[in-house]
Amino acid sequence: MWLEAQRAFQSTVVGTNDTIAPHVRAAYGPLANRIAVYRNTVQQSLIDVLATAFPAVQRIVGARFFAALARDFVRTRLPDVPQLSVYGVHFADFIASHEHIRDLPYLADVARLEWARGEAYFAADAPVFDPAVLATLEPEQLASLKLKLHPATRLIASRYPIHRIWAVNQPDVTEVPAIDMSIAENVLVSRPAYDVIIRFVPSADATFVQAFSQGRSLGEAAAEAMGSHPEFDLQTALQNHFIHGTFASMAAA
Amino acid sequence: MTASHTITASPISATAGIGLRLAHLSDVARQADDAPRSASWFEIHSETFLNAGGARLAMLQDVRRRYALSCHGVGLSLGSAQGLDPAHLKRLKHLFDRVQPSLISEHLAWSVVDGAYLNDLLPLPYTDETLAIVSANVSRAQDFFGQRLLVENPSSYLSFTASSMPEWDFLARLVKNTGCGLLLDVNNVFVSAANNDFSAAQYLSQVPADAVAEIHLAGHSDEGQGDARVLIDTHSTYVCDPVWDLYRATVGRIGARPTLIEWDMDIPALSELQNEAARAQTIMDGLKASERADVA
Repeated sequence: MWLEAQRAFQSTVVGTNDTIAPHVRAAYGPLANRIAVYRNTVQQSLIDVLATAFPAVQRIVGARFFAALARDFVRTRLPDVPQLSVYGVHFADFIASHEHIRDLPYLADVARLEWARGEAYFAADAPVFDPAVLATLEPEQLASLKLKLHPATRLIASRYPIHRIWAVNQPDVTEVPAIDMSIAENVLVSRPAYDVIIRFVPSADATFVQAFSQGRSLGEAAAEAMGSHPEFDLQTALQNHFIHGTFASMAAA
Repeated sequence: MTASHTITASPISATAGIGLRLAHLSDVARQADDAPRSASWFEIHSETFLNAGGARLAMLQDVRRRYALSCHGVGLSLGSAQGLDPAHLKRLKHLFDRVQPSLISEHLAWSVVDGAYLNDLLPLPYTDETLAIVSANVSRAQDFFGQRLLVENPSSYLSFTASSMPEWDFLARLVKNTGCGLLLDVNNVFVSAANNDFSAAQYLSQVPADAVAEIHLAGHSDEGQGDARVLIDTHSTYVCDPVWDLYRATVGRIGARPTLIEWDMDIPALSELQNEAARAQTIMDGLKASERADVA
């Protein structure tokens, strides 16, 4: 009995119907006003959660369009966990398939970047890889070393210049330069301590990082990166990864 | 993450605390050990701190080194006919193990059906059927957490035609069934009374005094005129004078209790919240010695 009423309540607050009306009453005034309080809270609070998680997406499309887009998303996909920091994991895919944003083909990747930043912020704590370890290894040990990505590390590979698009849509940017949309960019997100770092990486480096997520060794990853991008500079790439905490300590297994 | 091994929960005395929101988290976390205390204790929303790691959790553990904590849940959905989500119970227990809260609480409300979370504290009818459901859910949570749960009265904007008992009766029977405590939100009583046309004073006089282990105070908004008028529990402003009056009368009747100032939207400087907490403290301090009844 109560379960059926709960389902009616859910349908009412997520949609626009008043299915719950026969079960409830207002002490005075129109019942619809009272039902609307719950509907507004449910929908608006979830729209606000998405706006907080995807500020650059909101800035690109504008607050009004974003609210409409977010409302569509809320109505099709409610949170499946009562934990708002994980609400929005499917928002990028929703954007990618949305008929009204076909003219912004890069928008889904900007959402992926913003989601990755949030995931990195909340990821498990882990010490970063200490490069001093490398000096203790023989060359063949070095080549077979399987570096482990830090729990906060995320790679976003895009067909669009998403690092530039994301960067010019930060709150403090007032003058937005023209961007060549034909450039493909990769972004690496990492968190060496508690602050999230978002940086552009060349595609050779993206190939290199990707290889570790597929379980490759250092030698294999370097060979893959150099195979597709002869200009790949292993030493410089590794230095940058150590500074930015891309890899986790081997000891913290 | 060694903090859970080095801290243990100590009882919160009948003093005023403050709801700690993200806006003030880093300031409180960064306080030196010898800095003046910002509050007697803090309450957090449990669901804000369920992540695996990161800055937010680290700051909370810094706060916990100096302050007793109350963990106030908003997502357990005690009113769900389908029962509690075991995964969510585990997430909460993990947090409790980390921060060793002195008090844990949830709402007489629901927010989950068929696995979908609605992010609001939705009302339920007060019937024998729902009393059995909520009692089973509260007992399960208490068994799982190994700690007494305080159940908070909700603010509501409508009532159910199926209800067969007033809210205070439902809560009293829930206490009897489960041994849970009550978190008495005086503002919620005021808001619900205005919206649902019952007497807040009568409600407060009927609540089982011994079960009340914490009190909440917050501000609401008063919207619309005439028939369209509705009080909305926004937690966005100061506690209003009629709610202060009800609070004074309540602690006069049941004795001083840990009392929390909640402010969740348009959050002001921490000093404003401290002023509100000081006002609650002054009211408790003004009780005659015979009226004081600190709960351990």
